[in-house]
Amino acid sequence: MKEISELLFPDDIRYTKDHEWARLEDGTVRIGISDYAQDQLGDVVFVEVPEVGATFNRGEECGTLESVKAVGSLYIPVSGEIVAVNNDLEESPALVNSAPYGGGWIAEVKPSDLSELDTLMSSKDYLEMLKGMTQ
Amino acid sequence: MRYLPQTEEDIAEMLEVAGAADLEGLFSSIPDACRRRTDLNLPGPLTEWELNDAMSSMASAMGACHECKVYIGAGSYEHYIPASVSYLLGRSEFSTSYTPYQPEISQGTLQAVFEYQSFVASLLGMEVANASLYDGASALAEALLMAARVSRLKKVAVSSLIHPFHRRVVRTYLEPAGFEIVELPGGPDGRTDLGKLRSVEGFAAVAVQSPNFFGCIEDLAAVGNLTRDSHALFVASFTEPLAYGLYKSPGGFGADIVCGEGQSFGIPQSYGGPGLGMFASLKKHVRSMPGRLVGETTDMDGRRGFVLTLATREQHIRREKATSNICTNSGLCAVTSAMYMASLGGTGLRELARLNYDKSEYLKKQLRGAGFAIPFASPTFNEFVVRFPAGFESTYERLQEQRVVAGIPLAAYYPELSGHYLLCVTETKSKRDLDALAGMLKV
Amino acid sequence: MNEFGGTTGLILEEPLLTEKGKKGRMGMSLPRRDIERAPMDETLKGEGPRLPDLSEVEVVRHYTRLSTWNFGVDTGLYPLGSCTMKYNPKTNERQAALTGFAGAHPLLPEKLSQGALKIMYELERFLAEITGMDSVSLQPSAGAHGEFAGMLVFHAYHKSKGSNRTKIIVPDTAHGTNPASAALCGFSPVNVKSNERGVLSPEAIAAVMDEQTAGIMVTNPNTLGFFEENIKEIAEIVHARGGLVYADGANMNAVMGIVSMGDIGIDVLHLNLHKTFSTPHGGGGPGAGPVCVKRHLERFLPVPRVVEQGGRYRLSYDFPHSIGKLHAFYGNVGIMIRAYSYILSLGPELKRVSQLAVLNANYVKEKLKDTLHLPYDRPCMHECVFSDKLQAPLKVTTLDMVKRLIDYGFHPPTIYFPLVVHGAIMIEPTETESREEIDRFIRAFKEVVKEAGEDPERLHKAPHSTKVRRLDETAAARNPRLTCF
Repeated sequence: MKEISELLFPDDIRYTKDHEWARLEDGTVRIGISDYAQDQLGDVVFVEVPEVGATFNRGEECGTLESVKAVGSLYIPVSGEIVAVNNDLEESPALVNSAPYGGGWIAEVKPSDLSELDTLMSSKDYLEMLKGMTQ
Repeated sequence: MRYLPQTEEDIAEMLEVAGAADLEGLFSSIPDACRRRTDLNLPGPLTEWELNDAMSSMASAMGACHECKVYIGAGSYEHYIPASVSYLLGRSEFSTSYTPYQPEISQGTLQAVFEYQSFVASLLGMEVANASLYDGASALAEALLMAARVSRLKKVAVSSLIHPFHRRVVRTYLEPAGFEIVELPGGPDGRTDLGKLRSVEGFAAVAVQSPNFFGCIEDLAAVGNLTRDSHALFVASFTEPLAYGLYKSPGGFGADIVCGEGQSFGIPQSYGGPGLGMFASLKKHVRSMPGRLVGETTDMDGRRGFVLTLATREQHIRREKATSNICTNSGLCAVTSAMYMASLGGTGLRELARLNYDKSEYLKKQLRGAGFAIPFASPTFNEFVVRFPAGFESTYERLQEQRVVAGIPLAAYYPELSGHYLLCVTETKSKRDLDALAGMLKV
Repeated sequence: MNEFGGTTGLILEEPLLTEKGKKGRMGMSLPRRDIERAPMDETLKGEGPRLPDLSEVEVVRHYTRLSTWNFGVDTGLYPLGSCTMKYNPKTNERQAALTGFAGAHPLLPEKLSQGALKIMYELERFLAEITGMDSVSLQPSAGAHGEFAGMLVFHAYHKSKGSNRTKIIVPDTAHGTNPASAALCGFSPVNVKSNERGVLSPEAIAAVMDEQTAGIMVTNPNTLGFFEENIKEIAEIVHARGGLVYADGANMNAVMGIVSMGDIGIDVLHLNLHKTFSTPHGGGGPGAGPVCVKRHLERFLPVPRVVEQGGRYRLSYDFPHSIGKLHAFYGNVGIMIRAYSYILSLGPELKRVSQLAVLNANYVKEKLKDTLHLPYDRPCMHECVFSDKLQAPLKVTTLDMVKRLIDYGFHPPTIYFPLVVHGAIMIEPTETESREEIDRFIRAFKEVVKEAGEDPERLHKAPHSTKVRRLDETAAARNPRLTCF
């Protein structure tokens, strides 16, 4: 596992305490897991993505990520309807490890309340939280 | 005691290191109120020779001996076990190892189980098989639970010609979780009557056993037609896998899960256990399967090796959300069955299956010739139902005095079948045995 | 000669069975065909499986070579915590293989089954005596099956009281089988944390126990190797609110003759014959997981039960409140015979078994606690739990250390369990290891830790002397190849 200083946390996205990220793009919110989360989980071997059309309230489990010896839950950062999922993950779950904020995105949500996004953490706050956790 | 190497000297020195005055002192963390006050009231210790005497005398009180002629199948089958198989499964590197969680020093078990999975999948006509479940009964229960996971439905249709004990186990597993079980009746030809199932809408699974409890080969194609293009999974079970050396396997008829008892393949009957729960399915369902799976991979030098895989389905990782609670399975029995299948080979398995069929048909013919009725017309493998005339019970009892057991009476399981007996003939019975039996039954 | 067992040797390659053989070979003597072929419906005929045709010598050599790639208890010290990998006596194998037992059909008439029934009946009595419980069913096939039986008893009990309880308390140190078995009966687990002493506190249980909770599942001694010292108080709390107490007896090897589970508030308990009672683990099974209950729950035990009348034994299904059947027949009788043989061989000396198991574990704990981090420094039962905390700065993990132990000729301990200890190393030496062997293990572990400081890379790449090196488990899971066809 890496040191926190070796991990990347882009400034243009928001984070949750459960280590998901959310990025607003043209009215929809793209979600995934953070660099810290993928590093903790280790090599991802399978991603169970949500069904397109399903709706979730903020914080509900909407999918799972599996490594060889662990299962992590994906909790949705904002309430809304799933409008797209990353089908590339079926063939290449490793994208979650290699590009957690890019090709390793998991789903797109049409948010029911855009203001929820503002309650999520900035990269600075998230980094502070991680440092607090590891001390 | 020969299993306890520590001498008094060792004990004294080790106690000092452990910081305890005596052996009792090691248990200081147990509150006084929790301590046992009485000694263990057990017989023994026996010497090995005393033990041999005691055990041999109890073993001789069993109806299993060279002279015994037992014509019972019904879920447990007498087949010859070659000396080589008994010898190999006694290799303690296989028998005294744990579950292969450390693959670098478990390649023997892992490769043997991988080969077992391959053989079972091929035998049953399926794509994947797991590393075993406890026995045929729990395998069927697990199959129905898996069908419920896949279909997200909680109603199952189960043939009443599935082994009555297996159905009883299914009820134990499914009822507390609120499942509905619909039993499909048997028809006059000795096969499941599917008439009740106009539609499989709302069902998680349709389960039939073939050969069924009466030994009859089910119309698997009909079940496959019913479940095709529906949410319902087709579950085919069995108690005599040797039948698939002769008859078509369930995979070819569209079964989603094939499961059953593998004891026939080199595993001693041992009064019913341990057995071997064989369990096979399709790749698309693999993440919903219960039990361990061994997969092929490579090591850091690029050499082929085997590991336990897809473990995130299992209880030690997913806990209450696991696909099953199973941990310890029937690993050594699985490896034994692979040793047995390897010894027979494809050619031998087909020939042995045919021999079972032919011998059982021979007895059927002799009994029919003696005037007994064979009530079910469907084809059978190595067991079949006979109807004996009133008063047969006394003959059945009398034969037992000569250590001959002429099948089992069916009335205990199917009250409408009084006077009906289920008889089994395997390769262990010679023509002379069969002629003698037919003669004894006639009187 | 190297002080430790591990060395290199000639390891023979062996392909898959399907890569061997030639059509027309045969590895088994088929019985004589003394009857004619009977006619059959050819449309029903199948192809049969794609098995290779092999000679007997090919089969024997194949499995003999495979066996040499395995490590068993007969090979060496196997200190897997909570698995009780003690020596598996050979006389037990002889008894189970007697033709009268091994060849017995389960549906033999009662008068031809007296030997097996007597053993089952007596084994039930022995296990009741050892555990202090009142009644026993030998039917469950394994520990998790026994847990399932126990949870079914909970379910049936509450149903008989007209209540529908949906929750069950499971501590954070529990085996995964506990919550999984409870879930099968529709119970949702409520997790409770153990306290700073590594045991459950009565306050934590009182805080979650309510009238919707069916009871608690406790492993005692627990997986940190400690006796749950508050068990009586906990049982009182659970009983006061109408719940039942389940004990996972996986660790019974620590307390035979020391603690009567029946006297400390336990209502249901399962045992693992393949742990405490010396039957071989078989590379994954088969085992047996008898379930033991107090008198008030006896009527719920699985059927059939073995009953005795005037020295004759029979199987009875006449128990209308029973949870039903769990096994196709009566359980793993072959395993029961081995355990029965073990108990007769030891008799009351089983208490000494537990004493020595606990002595050996405490000895290891004391000898290694300056080398490895010991999260709970207090006397243990039959196993002790360390962590890799001291090695973390060197970037050496538990996995690295135990893989290196293999090179020294020892099987690794249980690792990364219990989950409450980060990087856990759980060592259970068992009573059948001699002091010299345990000392060698301790010295080997110290060597490994020394190497962690000097040459961490050697540990990262360990083991070095095995048939295969570390395997790519990620690739295996991403693209599962589960058969050779």
